[in-house]
Amino acid sequence: MSVPIFNRHAVWAIYRFEMARFMRTAVQSVLTPVITTSLYFVVFGSAIGSRMNSIDGVSYGAFIVPGLIMLSLFTEGLSNASFGIYVQKFTGTIYELLSAPISAWEMVLAFVGAAVTKSLVLGALILATAALFVPLQILHPGWMAAILTLTAITFCLFGFILGVWAKGWEQLSLIPFLIVTPLTFLGGAFYSIDMLPPAWRTVTLFNPIVYLISGFRWSFYGTADVAVGTSLAMIMVFLLICLAGVGWIFKTGYRLKN
Amino acid sequence: MPPIISISQLTKTYASGLIALKAVDLDINRGEIFALLGPNGAGKTTLINIVCGIVNATTGKVLADGHDVVREYRAARSKIGLVPQELTTDAFETVWATVNLSRGLFGCAPNPDHLEKVLHDLSLWDKRHDKIMTLSGGMKRRVMIAKALSHEPEILFLDEPTAGVDVELRRDMWALVRGLREKGVTIILTTHYIEEAEDMADRIGVIHKGELILVEDKSVLMKKLGKKLLTLQLQVPLAAIPPELAEWPLAIKAHGHELEYTFDAKADHTGIASLLRRLADLGIAFTDLHTQQSSLEDIFVSLVSDKPEMRL
Repeated sequence: MSVPIFNRHAVWAIYRFEMARFMRTAVQSVLTPVITTSLYFVVFGSAIGSRMNSIDGVSYGAFIVPGLIMLSLFTEGLSNASFGIYVQKFTGTIYELLSAPISAWEMVLAFVGAAVTKSLVLGALILATAALFVPLQILHPGWMAAILTLTAITFCLFGFILGVWAKGWEQLSLIPFLIVTPLTFLGGAFYSIDMLPPAWRTVTLFNPIVYLISGFRWSFYGTADVAVGTSLAMIMVFLLICLAGVGWIFKTGYRLKN
Repeated sequence: MPPIISISQLTKTYASGLIALKAVDLDINRGEIFALLGPNGAGKTTLINIVCGIVNATTGKVLADGHDVVREYRAARSKIGLVPQELTTDAFETVWATVNLSRGLFGCAPNPDHLEKVLHDLSLWDKRHDKIMTLSGGMKRRVMIAKALSHEPEILFLDEPTAGVDVELRRDMWALVRGLREKGVTIILTTHYIEEAEDMADRIGVIHKGELILVEDKSVLMKKLGKKLLTLQLQVPLAAIPPELAEWPLAIKAHGHELEYTFDAKADHTGIASLLRRLADLGIAFTDLHTQQSSLEDIFVSLVSDKPEMRL
């Protein structure tokens, strides 16, 4: 049997396996974030938003759409990617991955690829849901897709690292719910950081999520809290950090191999 | 013919400081059934896991069909199938989905005909659409074997495959193993059921506290190390062994009703004839006698218990 340089059958098998798991839990995976997002629109967009002024010429309901998409992308991307690898460790089925003729990066490509697909499907669904509640415009659709995809890849890589690192279910949910969600809420998902007092604005700039949301909002409305170039640079930095983290995990076998 | 697996100077020290393997050298011949025996914690699973890529070796080298398992892991691993000791399965998946995943992981194009045959051979075909969580422990074990065979490996590792399985499955499993061997598959198994190794294996290896203390052809081993036991049923019980019988290693059993003589079956002079003559001279009569060959289990127990304690 010849041994190919790229084990496409393995990548496809893992990808299909992960997507099948996604489909099995479609109600939980898709409906939950869509319903949650709809509730945000009802509460923040209609009930509260109707009493608020527009921000940079954008109605409040429309203003929060990019932030809501990012919020779901962060939490679901992290959860999906971390669960995919963690459950293999938890059940012990990881023995098969480790003993298969598959490279580390092929494994990441398959797991993260499936998680990114799920995140993008989710992002599209939330966007479609948002369009039912508020008038939407996307000034830079190409950049919107690029930022969405790069952010999804970054957070899914981060999720993969989280799944390898976690020793229990509690640790698995620790980062998404105790760190990422609060940082997203404080990172301009529901407001422009220009609305903050100068001191708090400076503090907020240390929140990496600000750059992701700001850049993504720019692709919709052409306005941003920080320069678009800075946002893109930060996204690439986060991506490279996550890639380096995954590379280190496989080089050392951290929490994967004895 | 070069060995299909060649292990040289393999050592493994875990982060905890535990030395699991100490400079193990071992060659596995192509097409043989090799039984690796050893007490719990002897290093059997560590050895298998290093060959399969699950555990990193500290030092040493392993070749699988001539391919270094670290540097040429793709070529090496594609030859190997593993049935691990633990029943680790994707509980929510169907049997069919999990064997397809396994085949894909090992770089093979889909082949439903082969998978159907594997599932038929393991009596799993009727369960192919069932979720694994609904299967019994024995059926889950069959699924593990089906996964290992999904990519048609040339080398099959069976780590305690019959632990906790019923007699029927055990019989089916060994029939399958024999069938695989006939097709040229090399099989390396570990088992706690020594009689299985005695029955199945071509060669035996005994590992003890990380050291491979013996590797031998099974029949040679049985001849070399096999002791025979002669038991005499005495007409009149003996309270003690008479001093005139001191030159024979005798033991009194059954409250003096039996006299046991352990001898080397391969020795030129077993000493039986002279013993029986001396007994007659002493007027010690017996009503019956029989001999018994020591089993592989006896040999195994003797090997691992005779081995002096080694500090880990």
